[in-house]
Amino acid sequence: MRSAISSLLALTLALGGCGSGHEEVPGKSPDDPVVITNAGQQIDAMRRGVPIDKEASPPPMARVENFDRPRPVNYEMQPPTIPHAIDNYQLTVNTNRCMLCHTRSNAVKFQAPPVSENHYVTREGKVLEQISSRRYFCVQCHVVQTDAPPLVDNNFKGIEISSTGEAAR
Amino acid sequence: MTTRRDFIRASAVGAAASVAGMTLPPRLAEAAAQATPGELKWSKAPCRFCGTGCGVSVAVQDNRVVATHGDPEAEVNRGLNCVKGYFLSKIMYGADRLTTPLLRKKDGQFSKDGDFVPVSWDEAFDVMAAQFKRVLKEKGGTGIGMAGSGQWTVWEGYAANKLMKAGFRSNHLDPNARHCMALAVMGFMRTFGIDEPMGCYDDFEAADAFVLWGSNMAEMHPILWTRVTDRRLSHPHVKVAVLSTFEHRSFDLADIPIIFKPQTDLVILNYIANHIIREGKVNEDFVRKHVSFKRGNDDIGYGLRPDNPLEVKARNAKDPGGGQPIDFDAFAKFVEPYTLDYAAEMSGVEKGWLRHLAELYADPKVKVMSLWTMGFNQHTRGTWANNMVYNIHLLTGKISTPGNSPFSLTGQPSACGTAREVGTFSHRLPADLVVTNPEHRRHAEEIWKIPHGTIVDKVGYHIVEQNRMLKDGKLNAYWVMANNNMQAAANLNEEGYPGYRNPDNFIVVSDPYPTVTAQAADLILPTAMWVEKEGAYGNAERRTQFWHQLVKAPGEARSDLWQLMEFSKRFTTDECWSAELLAANPAYKGKTLFDVLFRNGKVDRFPVGDVEAGYDNDEAKVFGFYPQKGLFEEYAEFGRGHGHDLAPFDQYHKARGLRWPVVNGRETRWRFKEGSDPYVKPGSDWQFYGNKDGRAVIWALPYEPPAEAPDAEYDLWLVTGRVLEHWHSGSMTMRVPELYKAFPAAVVFMNPDDAKARGLKRGDEVKVISRRGEMRSRVETRGRNRVPCGLVFVPWFDAGQLINKSTLDATCPISKQTDFKKCAVKVVMA
Repeated sequence: MRSAISSLLALTLALGGCGSGHEEVPGKSPDDPVVITNAGQQIDAMRRGVPIDKEASPPPMARVENFDRPRPVNYEMQPPTIPHAIDNYQLTVNTNRCMLCHTRSNAVKFQAPPVSENHYVTREGKVLEQISSRRYFCVQCHVVQTDAPPLVDNNFKGIEISSTGEAAR
Repeated sequence: MTTRRDFIRASAVGAAASVAGMTLPPRLAEAAAQATPGELKWSKAPCRFCGTGCGVSVAVQDNRVVATHGDPEAEVNRGLNCVKGYFLSKIMYGADRLTTPLLRKKDGQFSKDGDFVPVSWDEAFDVMAAQFKRVLKEKGGTGIGMAGSGQWTVWEGYAANKLMKAGFRSNHLDPNARHCMALAVMGFMRTFGIDEPMGCYDDFEAADAFVLWGSNMAEMHPILWTRVTDRRLSHPHVKVAVLSTFEHRSFDLADIPIIFKPQTDLVILNYIANHIIREGKVNEDFVRKHVSFKRGNDDIGYGLRPDNPLEVKARNAKDPGGGQPIDFDAFAKFVEPYTLDYAAEMSGVEKGWLRHLAELYADPKVKVMSLWTMGFNQHTRGTWANNMVYNIHLLTGKISTPGNSPFSLTGQPSACGTAREVGTFSHRLPADLVVTNPEHRRHAEEIWKIPHGTIVDKVGYHIVEQNRMLKDGKLNAYWVMANNNMQAAANLNEEGYPGYRNPDNFIVVSDPYPTVTAQAADLILPTAMWVEKEGAYGNAERRTQFWHQLVKAPGEARSDLWQLMEFSKRFTTDECWSAELLAANPAYKGKTLFDVLFRNGKVDRFPVGDVEAGYDNDEAKVFGFYPQKGLFEEYAEFGRGHGHDLAPFDQYHKARGLRWPVVNGRETRWRFKEGSDPYVKPGSDWQFYGNKDGRAVIWALPYEPPAEAPDAEYDLWLVTGRVLEHWHSGSMTMRVPELYKAFPAAVVFMNPDDAKARGLKRGDEVKVISRRGEMRSRVETRGRNRVPCGLVFVPWFDAGQLINKSTLDATCPISKQTDFKKCAVKVVMA
């Protein structure tokens, strides 16, 4: 994207002069037209090559991946992403739809991975029968994934396991 | 710090941390634990994102961060992170990291309309210095400006403060924290005379009720939300009230859900004060001993350009912060019209909910924690709103004791630590000092060892005004560091973009990534981030936290600290200071700014050898002394003995942060209260020592309408904000695949009825048009936010959809902070 060089245009735009509250500093008179040198080359991949002063058609709405196949994690304690849609899941004081399947007692029945044991530990380190209420709102850590193709690669590499020579990714 | 084994033991959960069905190979954990020293090293750092200040354990192998966990020893989060925190490990590894300076060139020369070309640091600084010197010659320091950040480390902000206010003699230094916390600052200063919360996060485990005034903590402060949730679900008597102009995830925990019409929070606040007084629930003893009353100026305008008709007709536009002393009776009379009927009518909220809310505050048995962020702070009457929430805590004496806590949350990791405490605002100096006070300037000049009269006595351009002054050609050399203000600031079309691209101006942007702001610049400087340098942040509960440099920055990327200090070598006092100042102080003649500011016998007094063994420090290596320690210790002189005491430098590398004031090695959890705050005089019980009379001020302030409201043509309120997965402008989180794929693009959250009335359905492409510009996006009628008819919510993280082309740059006239929550738009099919 840094190499995507678009043509340069020096545009003169009259944007309507505005006054200023700091008269003591020399500057333009309010009646002078505002001159702009356009930022030609587009380097921000997030703008998908569109100049700052233009707005392009947004990408189509991405769809949530709904394959039910667990995705690998990079290291321990990284919260697994949710491999299914959660539309209309109730997650309120009275109802936790996620725990219907992911609680330890139900996980086998629903063929769902049970939440990790650390979820049963309180802030004070006490182990409970039920998940700790500080872990109650699952979506603070676990998020769905859409089919949107990333705009920029990420070169993160996980832990190398030197004893076996295998990568941990 | 700890070994892998310690880490697992301390967390008490690590051994069972894997999630069934998606465990790592067991040998990974073993390998991690058995790795020979130096191979996999765990260290502590605060999170890079919000102002919560979670502790993170960072694993490094072969000069790369390979894993991050919630730090079980960190008091703030005790082993938890939010989804952004868990993916911190990836923020430095976006494939488009900037690794060399880039300069716009044409035919081998700098040219405003040239293309970005890689250049050496020498060439970059040569061109930049030449441009700054051109401006210095033409206008002096007043032509030079800098936009800084609540993401700067403490010493980077401090070095920038010195370079700008002492070196270039320009007060046009302002942080992006102006957009988020300026108003909280003014709220504190007007009520308490000293900045930052009196309480701390321990209040979460002590409160009986939580009231969210314009904060979606479930998404924006998730770890603090876990503490609220924990308290609410494990203590059934606890109540949670959530106030907002639309329904969001925090409502999932709400016992008292309140959707009010934009701007009418002011009415609700005065109604609660009125209710407390009418019901005889005033804590009279507290009020008599510890409170004074003032009536604030009204009709204060909207912080727009002075020739805007709204400013011209505002009676007190020139003195928005003024006020006169009154007494309790006058205050009671002032809030008398704010009855339950009036509040219900204005806000659109059912009376039952309002009464319920008011009773939480009025009932002396209920300990209340009020929490707020941008719903209050991005508000043209937000300084008032801050004052008004303090009013109701002060009327009832519910303050500075465990669980009784009006608590202003913070959006950036060091908005408190760097922007506020270091004083990188255009009116401030460190430790709450201001440039307009001759005594304060003198004190700063003494600590900085510079001649009296060096610091300019006038408030500089704030960050909103900086864009206006760039456009008007009054600010011509401009350095942007650690922020993405082209994307973040309101009214991009009319102010920001024309300002940066004004041919008279030279714009420098220092950033790790090619952001929208970088793209609008003339010179881009590649910047080291987070654990690529030694750092310090200060979180929302006054907790100062340090970290070591853990890895090297890629390529030629350098820290902001190195950039600031190295650039200062290219200027002499003769080029920056007036002839009179130098004539009166000839010893300073001919010296470089580096000599004066950083080789001053203080900043350079700690040797490289003081850097903790086993950790790199690239800046110390370059400069031949330990600049972070020297800058910190010089900075700490401002606060020690003045209510802002910081501990010795080395102590912070050991502790999981300490809450200032740290006196005799002990941190302070509740300020202004005898027994917990060493600054309170014995026998006074409470003492609000920021004010000379020791009293906090209750302000009589009215409801006033917003700067712009929907009308027949622009018929919808536009509210902008954030989402859980992305942090601010998304320059880091949009480059983490898991976070990007979770929420890849901005959408327009719209009520299904509003969509239907416009012939729109979910997914349709629309334009969000205001009087200032338009943005293209897609309609979302489902999902996490449920907005009422007449209002749309658009997140601003997406560089591909710049909603700030539509927003209005109206500010709170007292704090100069923009209202990003209220302007009028129409939404039409694209």
